[in-house]
Amino acid sequence: MRTKNLTKSIAGKRGDNIRSDCYIEIQLKESGGIKLELKSKVEVMYGESIRELIFEMCEYFNLKNAKIVCEDYGALPFVIAARFELAIKRLFPNTKKEFLLPFLKQNEYSTTKDRLRRTRLYLPGNEPKFFINAGLHSPDGIILDLEDSVAPTEKDAAQLLVRNALRSVDFYGAERMVRINQLPKGLEDLKYIVPHNVHVILIPKCESAEQVNAIEKEVEKLKKQFDIKSEIYFMPIIESALGVLKSYEIASASKFNCALAIGLEDYTADIGTQRTNEGRESIFARQMLVNAARAAGIQPIDTVYSDVADMEGLRQSVIEAKSLGFEGKGCIHPRQIPVVHQAFAPTSDEIEKAKKIVLAFEEAEKKGLGVVALGSKMIDPPVVKRALRTIELAILNNLLDKNWRKQ
Amino acid sequence: MKLVKNAAGRLVPIEVNGQEQIPFRGINKHKPTGYKSKPPIRSCVDYPWDGNKLVKDLKTALKKAGIKDGMTISTHHHFRNGDYVTNMLFDIIHEMGIKNIRWFPSASFPVHQNLIKYLEDGTIHHIEGSMNGPLGKFTSEGKMKGIGVLRSHGGRYQAVQDGEVHIDIAVIAAPTADEFGNATGDRGPAACGPLGFALVDSEYADKVIVVTDNLVPFPCYPWMIQGNNVDYVVKIDSIGDPSKIVSGTTEITKSPDRLLIAEYIAQFLEDAGIMKDGFSFQAGAGGTSLAFIPFLKERMKAKNVKARFVRGGSTKYLVELLNEGFTDYILDGQTFDLEGVKSLRENPNHINTSPFTSYNFHGKGNFASIVDAAILGATEVDVNFNANVVTHSDGYLLHGIGGWQNCLYSKCTILAIPSFRDRIPVIVDEVTTLCGPGELIDVIVTERGIAINPKRKDLLKAVKNSSLPIRDLKEIKKEVDSICGGKPAKPKLNKEKVVAIVKWVDGTVLDSVFQVYTD
Repeated sequence: MRTKNLTKSIAGKRGDNIRSDCYIEIQLKESGGIKLELKSKVEVMYGESIRELIFEMCEYFNLKNAKIVCEDYGALPFVIAARFELAIKRLFPNTKKEFLLPFLKQNEYSTTKDRLRRTRLYLPGNEPKFFINAGLHSPDGIILDLEDSVAPTEKDAAQLLVRNALRSVDFYGAERMVRINQLPKGLEDLKYIVPHNVHVILIPKCESAEQVNAIEKEVEKLKKQFDIKSEIYFMPIIESALGVLKSYEIASASKFNCALAIGLEDYTADIGTQRTNEGRESIFARQMLVNAARAAGIQPIDTVYSDVADMEGLRQSVIEAKSLGFEGKGCIHPRQIPVVHQAFAPTSDEIEKAKKIVLAFEEAEKKGLGVVALGSKMIDPPVVKRALRTIELAILNNLLDKNWRKQ
Repeated sequence: MKLVKNAAGRLVPIEVNGQEQIPFRGINKHKPTGYKSKPPIRSCVDYPWDGNKLVKDLKTALKKAGIKDGMTISTHHHFRNGDYVTNMLFDIIHEMGIKNIRWFPSASFPVHQNLIKYLEDGTIHHIEGSMNGPLGKFTSEGKMKGIGVLRSHGGRYQAVQDGEVHIDIAVIAAPTADEFGNATGDRGPAACGPLGFALVDSEYADKVIVVTDNLVPFPCYPWMIQGNNVDYVVKIDSIGDPSKIVSGTTEITKSPDRLLIAEYIAQFLEDAGIMKDGFSFQAGAGGTSLAFIPFLKERMKAKNVKARFVRGGSTKYLVELLNEGFTDYILDGQTFDLEGVKSLRENPNHINTSPFTSYNFHGKGNFASIVDAAILGATEVDVNFNANVVTHSDGYLLHGIGGWQNCLYSKCTILAIPSFRDRIPVIVDEVTTLCGPGELIDVIVTERGIAINPKRKDLLKAVKNSSLPIRDLKEIKKEVDSICGGKPAKPKLNKEKVVAIVKWVDGTVLDSVFQVYTD
């Protein structure tokens, strides 16, 4: 059913500075069939295939008579399809149909609860040009953001673009994350991501266990509906005074919580102060968050470092975060990724100690001993687990050979 | 027009603008015999005894030089997009009613789109030089009367020296000159760097006019253009805007993907063992090839390695290397920013060079082959490592060759390219226009991996244990095609109409540029 009196809709972006995106305009007509006016930067190379895609989508959505304008600035097919579907859905908001491009085979991988999450790269959900090569910079996770980086009027655009990206963009093994909107709007976002192999859902401005539970319930419903077998984890983001105080409750609200993150921009505003480089204003919140996450057995993840030009500042900030107990940091620019990885890398002393613990543990296991000892000291299971993580980080940072046991 | 298949398998004409052409015969296969071209003998008795060659304006100089229909007039691109003199020159030529000029610039820029009206009205017959931006579009659409000829900087020197192009009148814009005609580019209010691209013109042209806005008392020293080769000197108010010698392409890229490419190149030079004490490299203009310099500097610092020389296109990044002791010399062919100009003027180890020393294929050797690694760009490469720098994948001429072809003779030629731009694949099955044969291109570095020419077994072996993503070029292409939504269609070209030819460094014809259908 069509929105009353609405005969024209637009979607996408136009202008001299637009790259890898397109602008679509659909004007409904009473007759005359489909008239497509295509102006494309890649007309010579892909003009025909763009036309084919648009005509195929017209047929799929049963659009018979319309004047369509497509101004293309080198958009990839998943972008053109998302923009076109948006223009259709802005005309016909009640349509339940979804135009799904084939799911990329290489995107069929899954994740684990304790996966390394040193870096998570934020990508604005309505900016496709940033999606395409994001995985090449090797972040541990990529966040397609539906929340703060998307203008309120473009939320519907980002939902379709993120859905298409989850299906069509190769993230080269990075954990596939989506930051949904603050609840209750965030619940509506789930149907665009749950069926498309999202690994981790980031819950912004989380202030209660109920919010996590509400998401878990909706995710379970959608998983059942779409027959999704793989695990989907949650990362609540604490961004308020109340959230900090309730952080343990939130961290332990669901078995699918894999990490708890802090967002200091909103938090400092909430407690009536401003972020400083020293970070004294947030020390309570960050320590509380680390404690809450550790108590719940999940990973504590630090906020982003917002000065993308200051790599030394970033490095110092990661060293400080590591000293507080954090395991990861948000990134807003790909160049921050290697700096964060290096700064989270274990020191040579940490690696040596971890090697001894792991070897002692394996030796004890081999002998069937229930107790692990290193010299005269007893080693607890959490210590072994931490040592294993140190070894993993050392290997990932090329500080230790994979076959270190044989060396 | 009769087209034949050359040694690279490309269809090329055997005659262009009434001149017979030699099809490309293969790398290093064409070695002409005979003698160099020679300028007419002049006698100093015909020149002012007081050494004052100043004439009142450019029109007078052109008249005295005997300008007439059908002549070849040369200009130079030291000011890049800030050039005033070329547009002024053709306004005067047009006003004089002269027709059918062969314009022989060392390069053209968007600022020269004013000349389109003179190409339309017959003042200019055709261009031999680069056809950038609007001039490229005009040419590609088949609107130029004659056929364009694209040459590298070294190829331009070779063409004049070999007698392939005879320059009737050379017009040299000089930031500083004296009344005798001695001229330099490294000082004056419009200082632009070396004037090396004008050197061959000053040596071989029938008549040479120096145009300056900074006339100094004799002697203008150090000079790059010698007054003994100059016929007339003209003083005007302003020859150009030196701030526009700096273009977007001479700033380091901010794109994280291009920075990743730059980082890969620096690591490659180290891992392949090229970065060692006394080595040398060339960095051209272009965001990515410039960005690799700071990355390389970090590695040189860590390994305590110093270069013997670096080749420019100088920029502030090369100047930093020189000032901080990471290289003994900069050998500078053209200057891309004002810090480069200052360094050239003030630092004796920042050396003026010309296409004769650096690139000339018909010289007794040249600097290009001494360079350990050259980092260059390209608009397209194909799976056989052939590369294109003059046309885009839509068939339109958009760039000149610059020194690119000449640099391919370095010991390790590295092309730094994104695997695709927006939705335009850069790695293709076959390049639209062949500018550099694959056998001279050793490494292609993209954000999706590094492809080494299978011929370079030594390089493949050297980086065997590197952590770099070394990949097969065809594999990268396959991935890019899949991202872009299939193989790109080729441009619709009129294979009956050659609009320009691309010369190889030895003067033979490497490829043809065909008219683009505009319907």
